[in-house]
Amino acid sequence: MTFRNLTLAAMLATAPLCAQAEESIIVQSTTSTANSGLYDYLLPLFTGKTGITVNVVAVGTGQAIKNAANCDGDVLLVHAKPAEEKFVAEGRGTQRTDLMYNDFVVVGPAADPAGIAGSHDIEAALKSIADAGAAFASRGDDSGTHKAEMRLWQAAGVTPDGDWYRPTGSGMGATLNTGIGMGAYVLTDRATWINFGNKQDYQIAVEGDDAMFNQYGVIPVNPARCPAVKVDAGKAFSDWLLSPEGQEAIAGYKIDGQQLFFPNAPKVAN
Amino acid sequence: MQDFGDAFALAFGLVLNPTSDLLEIVGLSLRVSLSACLLSCLIGLPLGALLAVTRFRGRGAVLVLLNALMGLPPVVVGLLVYLALSRAGPLGFLGLLYTPTAMILAQAVLITPIVAALSRQVLEGLNDEYADQFRSLCLTRWQSMAALIRDGRTALVTVALAGFGRAVAEVGAVMIVGGNIDHLTRVMTTAIALETSKGELARALALGIVLMVIALAVNAAVQGLRTRTEAEAAHA
Amino acid sequence: MRDHTFAPLDCTTEPMRLNMEDVHLSLGGQPVLDGLTLCLDRPGITVLMGPNGTGKSQALRLMHGLARPDTGQILWNGHPASEMTQTQALVFQKPVLLRRSVLANIDFVLKARGGDRSRAAALLAHVGLAAKAQQPARALSGGEAQRLALARALALDPRVLLLDEPTASLDPGSVLAIERIVLAARDAGVKVVLVTHDTGQARRLADEVVFLHHGRVVEHAEASDFFPRPQTAAARDFINGRIVV
Repeated sequence: MTFRNLTLAAMLATAPLCAQAEESIIVQSTTSTANSGLYDYLLPLFTGKTGITVNVVAVGTGQAIKNAANCDGDVLLVHAKPAEEKFVAEGRGTQRTDLMYNDFVVVGPAADPAGIAGSHDIEAALKSIADAGAAFASRGDDSGTHKAEMRLWQAAGVTPDGDWYRPTGSGMGATLNTGIGMGAYVLTDRATWINFGNKQDYQIAVEGDDAMFNQYGVIPVNPARCPAVKVDAGKAFSDWLLSPEGQEAIAGYKIDGQQLFFPNAPKVAN
Repeated sequence: MQDFGDAFALAFGLVLNPTSDLLEIVGLSLRVSLSACLLSCLIGLPLGALLAVTRFRGRGAVLVLLNALMGLPPVVVGLLVYLALSRAGPLGFLGLLYTPTAMILAQAVLITPIVAALSRQVLEGLNDEYADQFRSLCLTRWQSMAALIRDGRTALVTVALAGFGRAVAEVGAVMIVGGNIDHLTRVMTTAIALETSKGELARALALGIVLMVIALAVNAAVQGLRTRTEAEAAHA
Repeated sequence: MRDHTFAPLDCTTEPMRLNMEDVHLSLGGQPVLDGLTLCLDRPGITVLMGPNGTGKSQALRLMHGLARPDTGQILWNGHPASEMTQTQALVFQKPVLLRRSVLANIDFVLKARGGDRSRAAALLAHVGLAAKAQQPARALSGGEAQRLALARALALDPRVLLLDEPTASLDPGSVLAIERIVLAARDAGVKVVLVTHDTGQARRLADEVVFLHHGRVVEHAEASDFFPRPQTAAARDFINGRIVV
């Protein structure tokens, strides 16, 4: 092959990448929402209605907020309310709105070494895990789930430390894979768990405690801080999510008949 | 563990009867990694040739640095390119983050040291043979470099393949600068990472097998091309 | 035999004169040239002879400006040898050919040095390689490869042609073909300096002989004087095929 042919091939290879006629936005979001399959269900509905393509970058909440703070996104959709409110207070987002919730669950092996299966009391369950020295795999990555986990440990009065406590520093799915491999308990959001394909003998051990409530919020990135932000398209997306139509769509996403997310946006007069 | 059996069955099915999503992902993988390979050859080959024909103070240090850069972790490259292309970064105005172009850049940064260092090695060996003749002919440095690259082309194809192989197999860099966005920046490796994180291990492994089949096909194609070129050269 | 496929020298051009004065050169701590002094001011073919390891090839490289001596001066018509490389061509003992066709090897130097590229075919015909123009140069036999190297050297229109044992380990037919090309170049006015330790070749080609021993010139004479009346024991033994160390 001559150099000229190679150059030609390169031009052909890169040419289609430059053409992006339709409008698109970038949503910085979390691995838990992406791994649950929610976006695969939701986005075609929105794109079909508006023609706006939504590109989701799925990382931990901490990194999603950092990326959005660098102006590398138009909308932020995460689950760590204090950090979200700080983001808005710093002027990086225009407004934070409750969007939907689900809940966290603790999953564990059938052997149940800490004897917590069937519990509805997360604080007692975490104490039992610590007392039994049963393995617990943590995200350890500053994600929304990790932040929630740290709040729960604090409420339980336990400083998680020792051989049994194993921060993986990875996403939700990776932490589940690791935890299941080690026979460790894992705190996960319910949606990811329902959609997870490598459950082996794992079951939900703890669920249904009010403290395990998992609230998601949506925040358009502030154009005053980030001039390149696609204000209208971004606002169209967050408005649609919060509208009765979007909320209905969220409620409609089910796996095996189980609803994964529960919309709870404030009712607006339309 | 039944995942292995499932994976091979699934991979076999995918190769025989690819879904449009899979074709899209495979196409993007090839487009990104081949473009990155080409870009890194355009930079790395002349750089390697220059280092092969020149002697200057500090050259040893440059070679050590170049060899060390061959071991750059992809995730570090991804981070550097992310920081450069981020809206908050120096090249943010280009709006390239989370596009295939950003992925090409990141992979090119990753493999250019490999192409440069390996081609330096190949061409320096060749230069030992040619240097006196070139000096006798009073060739300029550029003429020498071009002739070396042309005469070393067979070995350099292997160098380019090594670069392509590393690019198409890496996940850390494209994950950060591409964002693994469905239908936009999702490539084989990030799709594998995603399926793994979803616990779909058989599907992830099946994609891995498809990736290996593609790598094999690319290598075989290049090998075939080379054999043909050599045969033509011998019988012209 | 005269041949005009390469441009003959303008008769008014100054003839090439070489001055090497008290040249010393060591390689890897071993002295190779040890106070070599040599003046070449005669046109035609000068043959450098002498036992192996006596510095003939290194002397040739110094004349061509490929290397610099440790001490001493090498001037061509008053110019340092390092500035005169362009006016010369050197043919190595083992020809270094590019991995492309025979014709492309010639075209490469014509293009690189801004020569007339239409001459390539005539140059190949001159060395008897016209029929092999499209073949890969690397597939040529030893004698053919050396003839191609000569054609490439002539493509440079050199005023001085330096030859470093160009026929070592070639068959007699190839040696004859190459000697004819060298004689044609000499007849066209090119100054030739030939390194050889083939006494027969030296007798056939030399107009004058420089005999080197232990890194110095020990004899420098017209060929017609040197062969019948060598002045030193080393030269006498060498000519008569005895081993000289």
